[in-house]
Amino acid sequence: MAAKPDATASTFSLKTLKLKTKQQEILIRVTILCLVYILAFVTRLFSVLRYESMIHEFDPYFNYRTTLYLTEKGFYEFWNWFDSESWYPLGRIIGGTLYPGLMVTAALIYWILKFLRFAVHIREVCVLTAPFFASNTTIVAYFFGKELWDSGAGLVAAALIAICPGYISRSVAGSYDNEGVAIFALLLTFYLFVKAVNTGSLAWALASAFGYFYMVSAWGGYVFIINLIPLYVLVLLITGRYSMRLYVAYNCMYIVGMLLAMQIRFVGFQHVQSGEHMAAMGVFFLIQVFYFLVWVKHMINDTKLFQALLRIGVTSAVTVGAIALGLGTASGYISPWTGRFYSLLDPTYAKDHIPIIASVSEHQPTAWSSFMFDFHILLFLFPAGLYFCFKRLSDATIFIVMYGLTSMYFAGVMVRLILVATPAVCLISAIAVSATIKNLTQTLRGKPAQTLSAKGAGGTRGSSKQQASVDQSIPLLKNGASVLLLGAFYLLSRYAIHCTWVTSEAYSSPSIVLAARGAHGQRVIFDDYREAYFWLRQNTPSDAKIMSWWDYGYQITAMGNRTVIVDNNTWNNTHIATVGRAMSSYEDEAYEIMRSLDVDYVLVVFGGVTGYSSDDINKFLWMVRIGGGVFPVIKEPDYLVNGEYRVDKGAAPKMLNCLMYKLCYYRFGELTTEYGKPPGYDRARGVEIGNKDVKLEYLEEAFTTSNWIVRIYKVKPPTNRW
Amino acid sequence: MRGLFTKIHICLTSQSSKSQHCSVPIQTSRTLKMAKISIATVFIALISLLLTLTHSFSTENPTDRRILVLLDDLALKSSHSIFFNSLQSRGFELDFKLSDDPKIALQRYGQYLYDGLILFSPTTERFGGSLDVAAVLDFVDSGKDLIVAADASASDLIRSIAAECGVDFDEDPSAVVIDHGSYAVSGTEGDHTLIAADDFIKSDVLLGSTKIEAPVLFKGIGHSLNPANSLVLKVLSASPSAYSANPKSKLSTPPSLSGSSISLVSVVQARNNARAVFSGSLDLFSNKFFKSPVQKAGSSNKYAKSGNEQFVTELSKWVFHERGHLKAVNVKHHRVGETDEPAIYRINDDLEYSVEIYEWSGSSWEPYVANDVQVQFYMMSPYVLKTMSTDKKGLYHASFKVPDVYGVFQFKVEYQRLGYTSLSLAKQIPVRPFRHNEYERFIPTAFPYYGASFSTMAAFFIFSFVYLYSK
Repeated sequence: MAAKPDATASTFSLKTLKLKTKQQEILIRVTILCLVYILAFVTRLFSVLRYESMIHEFDPYFNYRTTLYLTEKGFYEFWNWFDSESWYPLGRIIGGTLYPGLMVTAALIYWILKFLRFAVHIREVCVLTAPFFASNTTIVAYFFGKELWDSGAGLVAAALIAICPGYISRSVAGSYDNEGVAIFALLLTFYLFVKAVNTGSLAWALASAFGYFYMVSAWGGYVFIINLIPLYVLVLLITGRYSMRLYVAYNCMYIVGMLLAMQIRFVGFQHVQSGEHMAAMGVFFLIQVFYFLVWVKHMINDTKLFQALLRIGVTSAVTVGAIALGLGTASGYISPWTGRFYSLLDPTYAKDHIPIIASVSEHQPTAWSSFMFDFHILLFLFPAGLYFCFKRLSDATIFIVMYGLTSMYFAGVMVRLILVATPAVCLISAIAVSATIKNLTQTLRGKPAQTLSAKGAGGTRGSSKQQASVDQSIPLLKNGASVLLLGAFYLLSRYAIHCTWVTSEAYSSPSIVLAARGAHGQRVIFDDYREAYFWLRQNTPSDAKIMSWWDYGYQITAMGNRTVIVDNNTWNNTHIATVGRAMSSYEDEAYEIMRSLDVDYVLVVFGGVTGYSSDDINKFLWMVRIGGGVFPVIKEPDYLVNGEYRVDKGAAPKMLNCLMYKLCYYRFGELTTEYGKPPGYDRARGVEIGNKDVKLEYLEEAFTTSNWIVRIYKVKPPTNRW
Repeated sequence: MRGLFTKIHICLTSQSSKSQHCSVPIQTSRTLKMAKISIATVFIALISLLLTLTHSFSTENPTDRRILVLLDDLALKSSHSIFFNSLQSRGFELDFKLSDDPKIALQRYGQYLYDGLILFSPTTERFGGSLDVAAVLDFVDSGKDLIVAADASASDLIRSIAAECGVDFDEDPSAVVIDHGSYAVSGTEGDHTLIAADDFIKSDVLLGSTKIEAPVLFKGIGHSLNPANSLVLKVLSASPSAYSANPKSKLSTPPSLSGSSISLVSVVQARNNARAVFSGSLDLFSNKFFKSPVQKAGSSNKYAKSGNEQFVTELSKWVFHERGHLKAVNVKHHRVGETDEPAIYRINDDLEYSVEIYEWSGSSWEPYVANDVQVQFYMMSPYVLKTMSTDKKGLYHASFKVPDVYGVFQFKVEYQRLGYTSLSLAKQIPVRPFRHNEYERFIPTAFPYYGASFSTMAAFFIFSFVYLYSK
């Protein structure tokens, strides 16, 4: 009884599953896409499994805090939030100085889940936002690849981008940062724009404008879009590929995108007032001139006359544009390029002029090894893909070539911009992989008719001779093709292995909890940061002001819930320089500064016990440089011995007695850190410290975490009788 | 419960007269039968404790009550009896002890037993009991008051206590203040170490409102004030002709201290409003000097009684917080037209700030009247600095506009006047910018632009209509 219906059901299902080739292909494609979608999500969960569901690093803590505020107080409170807990006593208008896209996205997901009766904590939503959007990016990559080449390239692109370390580095679970959603928005905008150019459809252009709006709301990297697209349009104009499709796509996208972008408070009128956005406007006017000229050409059929008109027209348009730009800049209506923008174009600019940008490790120029680390075989497939693109030049492939080349340049300038280059590299490499494999499989399947007809079109002479040569070469070709195919699969599997290894080993560390291997190979967890912030939350008055180097500002406000003097939003250089000055002054001078800022506690990060190298002593040169950049009383040579910072006996006297040194090494001279080394041996720098007898006059130790990584000092009140 | 027990301990130890009361509950509480009674007695004990507490030093009642007097020699008790009696008659409980009494203790179970300390023991090298320099300084740092009288050949102990408060006695142990110009005319001609000083600090708070007519007799060592200390004040200075040297030996080198830079009596008011008096002369407080007639050399005015009694009494009133003690209460601020205190202000808000300031008269809080109390609206520097108006009943009031700057501001009242306790009030309040919907929706100057955009929209609509539907 039971077997019969089963059998009928199976035959029934088999019958229904008998699909045509086309349907089978769709099924396979959808299955692959679904698997890639899941893979992209799953591979980013290493950090959650290794540690716990927590927010990583520095900036994500601010994003988390603001998202929490958004979900608790609603959108308008968030929009108008004046935060008095950071940048004391200046405060910060949060609503007007952030890109709200990420927070609003996470809050929307949270509200939807809540509406669907899923009781989740907002933290879990925040932790998983980046992997979720990475998954979505794979879908966009598929469609983009399809638009550029074919659906095979799309599938390969989706698979490549799903596990590419360059993207994973910014989108693991817990890395709740703008980039997590911004790469999705960036790729979506580009895809929709290319689609709009290909189709000339107003609807796609409008969709692209909305994609751009989402990008603007999410990340400052939108400047890349608003410069790349005009550049692309300009290239098309120059190469004579101007078309009505382009005209519709660009005008609609630019105008609507600009108006939408103005709704973001942080961006405001920059699209019409800042130097970085002027290229888009110039191209917008240029394309109108082109349109006009094409119309004129249509009206007058005299080529010579038109040539003259073209020359006059273009020259006068460019002149008027240049004069307008000059006047705007001179009158101050158009703001000049910002330092960040300059430092992108000229890699040495920040180093010489803006220490606060140069001090951030992710703003350093990229090393070759990190290209290899983040791209692996894509680095070799990229040029191959470019070759294929050039071979089949179209509006779409020109776009991806330009995107790939410019973003590669920027990736070379700044480490963090590898992220922007990753989608382009994946797409171009996917074209290379897809085209190669397609060629090879076609050879393997042996479709001589196709190749023959292709070749036959070229030359019809001596058909018998040709036939013979083909007959000879086919077995050889087939063998070669299978070897090459195997090689390609080997490379791709190596890529997958590399990506997984990198993700698990390098990019899944939350950096707020440190892990190390103990002497017996066991895992040692240093949870000092959270210990310290929890101490602050529990043991200090609720209006206490904490002074620390700006790196820890976001974490202190988010986890410690205390007011900080400076934080990672480095909008006020003077304020940061004041803190840098306090840290690099003698204790009595620092005390005056701290009193003037109402500082109650000072927090320093110290790695001398654990060997944690990114501590405040290693960051100290930036405190000196940034402090000295504003306050000339701080002179870097005072801290240097033969051009280097030292902490041992040979260190400069000012170094040995500045506040940062004292706070880091207070009572460190009594501690034996390593067997066989004298007390006061700094493991992070591998030296015995020079000033073991640190006496504090104006501060007192309040708390030191179990591994000495975070040390908190209380600022004493002024002496009672003096 | 813990707090209750410590309170009973205080009652046991400090109030010897009440100790009978307290011992009863402790004995009875052991038996369950008498639990009720024990509760009742504990209650009585608590009431008595409350009564004693109201009499002792507190923020509500800042005058000192219990004073420990340390003497070199119990004879001082009678030779300085006028001073001590005047204190006792004003309600102070004096506890006389020899300075080397091994039972001396300032505190027990973490609580101070005394509100004030008088050190009339200039020669003591070591105190008895647990008292030492650090303990005395801790006593001051916890808000208690101190009178130190040194004398010729003052001990290092006394010197170091003074030095910690910014008073440096002449290092030469045999030196005393000599003044050939304004010495007090006395029987023994040629002894110019007895000085008639009349260079008082001009402060009604410190020395009372009645002017001290007669010069003050002084015989002892001089001191200078540490220039690094901004809190120490000269109350009685020596005349320009004074110098500090050994009167018995010939002056070989110029004296280290000379002229009016020599201070004879100084006061310190610490940041926590603890007060201290340092005198270079113990005799200044003695009955003999209180009663003796005085005539300043070179002056024909002869006074039947020296100014010492008035000077010392007034100064002791100040040092024991019977005068010049201010308190600020009821700090309020709100927007004009509202009464509740907001959590945050907006730029350009009009606000009102008020504070009540009272002065302790020795027995009650009287309204403090002055025309120089200022409030600051402060963020790194004062953005608003305004003198507050007073209603003469203690209420000070100012209204002003929040500056057009956002940030975390503070209402600050920094009131530091000579002799008065310092008032330092700071109240943090953030100031936010306008919200997105607090700006004007339409501004008149922009009407051409509104007109332009709306007419363009209308024209575009008409144009599309015409373009699409006209053949």
